[in-house]
Amino acid sequence: MTTTAPAIVPNFDSAEHAGRKLAIICSKGNLDMAYPALILANAALGEGVETHLFFTFWGFDMINKETMDDLKFTMLGNTATHMPQGLGGLPGMTAMATSKLKKSIAELDVPEVPEFLEQIVASGGHLWACRLSADMNHLDEDDLYDEVEGIISASDFIEKTAGAQLLFI
Amino acid sequence: MPVTTLAGRPIQVNDEGFLTDSTQWDEDLAEVLATTIGVTLTDDHWKAIHFLRDDFAKTGQTATLRRISTQGGIPIKLLFALFPQKPAKKMAYVAGLPKPHGCV
Repeated sequence: MTTTAPAIVPNFDSAEHAGRKLAIICSKGNLDMAYPALILANAALGEGVETHLFFTFWGFDMINKETMDDLKFTMLGNTATHMPQGLGGLPGMTAMATSKLKKSIAELDVPEVPEFLEQIVASGGHLWACRLSADMNHLDEDDLYDEVEGIISASDFIEKTAGAQLLFI
Repeated sequence: MPVTTLAGRPIQVNDEGFLTDSTQWDEDLAEVLATTIGVTLTDDHWKAIHFLRDDFAKTGQTATLRRISTQGGIPIKLLFALFPQKPAKKMAYVAGLPKPHGCV
């Protein structure tokens, strides 16, 4: 009697990973700090993980229509730039550092913040704005990127992310 | 390197089941691969698969979801509808190509 081995096929929809949820808190407004959240959110969505991004404090700049396409990168305080810190404060240095960073990112075909958020929403990601930050800055839904689903409180956030893995950036 | 039998012939695969030799692929095999992962191929599915194969021939790498969308002209939302949950991996599998390694 011959037996045929079962075909080796991938198990993409395994039950053990079903229902995985990720919540990323975006609290920074510098260009370099916008990307970790966007890249990880995109990766999680591509693996079928329900993903929520919560923008708070300086992170509001990522979803504020006025600032989201013009985030900047400063070398100040970033010793990993391997440049003398004194240089970072000179006029024009932030603009130069920002331009250089944007170029490196674009070379890898990684989109800018607005387009990246668009891709994340198209992939099923959820964007939320922090109520306290909105109140502090006197901003409302009209000031924010259209795809932001709502301005929610900290308690709402805790409820929404029950059982989720949490990432603070 | 494991060998499995699909579409009535021996196919070289890695431990996960992805083809390790993309030349062993043909469209009939694609139909079988799709069925094993619960996908029924329509013209929209084929458009994505053909783009992946052509792009792989040009670049030697499996395109990421973003590349399929910007270069292949297929909206991301549609890709998630055609290959639910893990579109990039599923598409690569059905196209007989390795998993994409790019991050975006």
